[in-house]
Amino acid sequence: MYLKIEGIEKSFPHKEKGTVKVLDHINLDIEKGQFVSIVGPSGCGKSTMLYLIAGLEKAEQGKISINGKEVKGSGSDRVVVFQEAGLFPWLTVLDNVTYGLLLKKMSKKEAEQKAIEMLKMVHLGNYIDSYPHELSGGMKQRVSIARALVMEPDILLMDEPFAALDEQTRMVLHKELLDIWRKTKVTVLFITHNIREAVLLSQKIVVFATRPGKIKATFKSNDTKDGVMPNDVTLQLEKQILAELQEEIEKVLKEEMGDDYSFKTNSVSRDTSGDMGSHI
Amino acid sequence: MAIWEVTSRLSDLPDFMFPSFTQVMSTLISGLISGQILIAIGASLSRLLIGFTIASVLGLVLGYLIWRYKIVEDTLGFLVTALQSIPSIVWFPLAIIWFGLNDFAILFIVTLGATWTMIVNATSGFKNVPVLYQRVAKSLGSSGFHFLRTVILPASVPQLISGLRIAWAFSWRALMAGELLGAGVGLGQLLESGRALGQMDLVISVMIIIGVIGTIMDNVLFLRLERSVERKWGIRA
Repeated sequence: MYLKIEGIEKSFPHKEKGTVKVLDHINLDIEKGQFVSIVGPSGCGKSTMLYLIAGLEKAEQGKISINGKEVKGSGSDRVVVFQEAGLFPWLTVLDNVTYGLLLKKMSKKEAEQKAIEMLKMVHLGNYIDSYPHELSGGMKQRVSIARALVMEPDILLMDEPFAALDEQTRMVLHKELLDIWRKTKVTVLFITHNIREAVLLSQKIVVFATRPGKIKATFKSNDTKDGVMPNDVTLQLEKQILAELQEEIEKVLKEEMGDDYSFKTNSVSRDTSGDMGSHI
Repeated sequence: MAIWEVTSRLSDLPDFMFPSFTQVMSTLISGLISGQILIAIGASLSRLLIGFTIASVLGLVLGYLIWRYKIVEDTLGFLVTALQSIPSIVWFPLAIIWFGLNDFAILFIVTLGATWTMIVNATSGFKNVPVLYQRVAKSLGSSGFHFLRTVILPASVPQLISGLRIAWAFSWRALMAGELLGAGVGLGQLLESGRALGQMDLVISVMIIIGVIGTIMDNVLFLRLERSVERKWGIRA
């Protein structure tokens, strides 16, 4: 196995309860070049899992290893794309993208050349000298993806990267991400709470249970996808995952809204054909 | 100015107590030409610059330590908040005893006046650096001094500038008070000699100079600095 996660446990301090366990004995294997998604309700520890792999946080127990080498601290072989672009506002787009390259002791000229190439790949070649505040949300997120990809990481860790974007931008970026993934063959670990997004993009989908975070189920989908259009297979998978998640969603809602709350997927008005008008 | 001129001419007070506008202007201009005022400005500004620079560096370093180490925050951090509320001129008697009535004593209170504010602002500037930026930088492989130089410092620039601005105002006030009481050349000392000689035209001239320098520094230098950062960051269009 390429990325191996064994017996990870993690708790956070809590005001009343002392500590709260967010991750409980997580085991997960990811192959090289695989596109894996983690879905789960909010607060289930999926982002924490990602930060552990990135080395931004430390686990209390368990081991994460890549190619047999244990992860200790952050490193540019695993780059994170966050929900918000997090571009440095004091640097131009180009300087933002070369930031990590220059840290690798690359010459400025070479770094800029690579950065411009990567920015062209995400269709932002005309914006290299702009400052982040001059870009739209989708453009910023594309810069942050370019900033991560230009590092040529072994693993790309994405923490709900498209959650803050509008539907149209998201569709475009889905397609671009899949194109890039096919081109670069990078291993992707993609966190999302959007089941459809997970199904449309990934080869393997891991469903997280909540409080404490545990792996509830794993699904495989080896279809070729374009990242935009759902088909029968993905819709079927979506339904299965939703059924799996229903219990978890109920748990979260009960905790937040009181015990008498009940959530049933069947009672929620939902477009049963599932295409949400995209075939028009 | 016209009102000033008229009231001064009509008032019962003698000229030396309430000089007219024209009289003040002529003193101001002759003072500038003779070099008396220019020398005083030079002396004052050089003191200020030295004190302010020391204060800024000290503020950044101590601010960093408070931000970085919990134990420093619990000890020094609390002390700074307490000390900040003491106007720096209050230290002057101590400074005279320690250093004598000289430039050094004045420099001491000028530095002191700016240091506390600078520490407080630097600390809160560093503390308010978004976690997101820190995570991004770490994820891209930044650490140690590089992390401090490329993320923490630039990210807190807006707050540091406003800290510098306040620190400047504090040290400017401390400087005037110190010079008024202290020794050597300087604008404060010129005020004091104007009072001793009963030359209110000189006193008012110096007041005008002080006002002009203060305005230039605040509105031209700091405001421009602030604006340019805001424009670059897109905080204000």
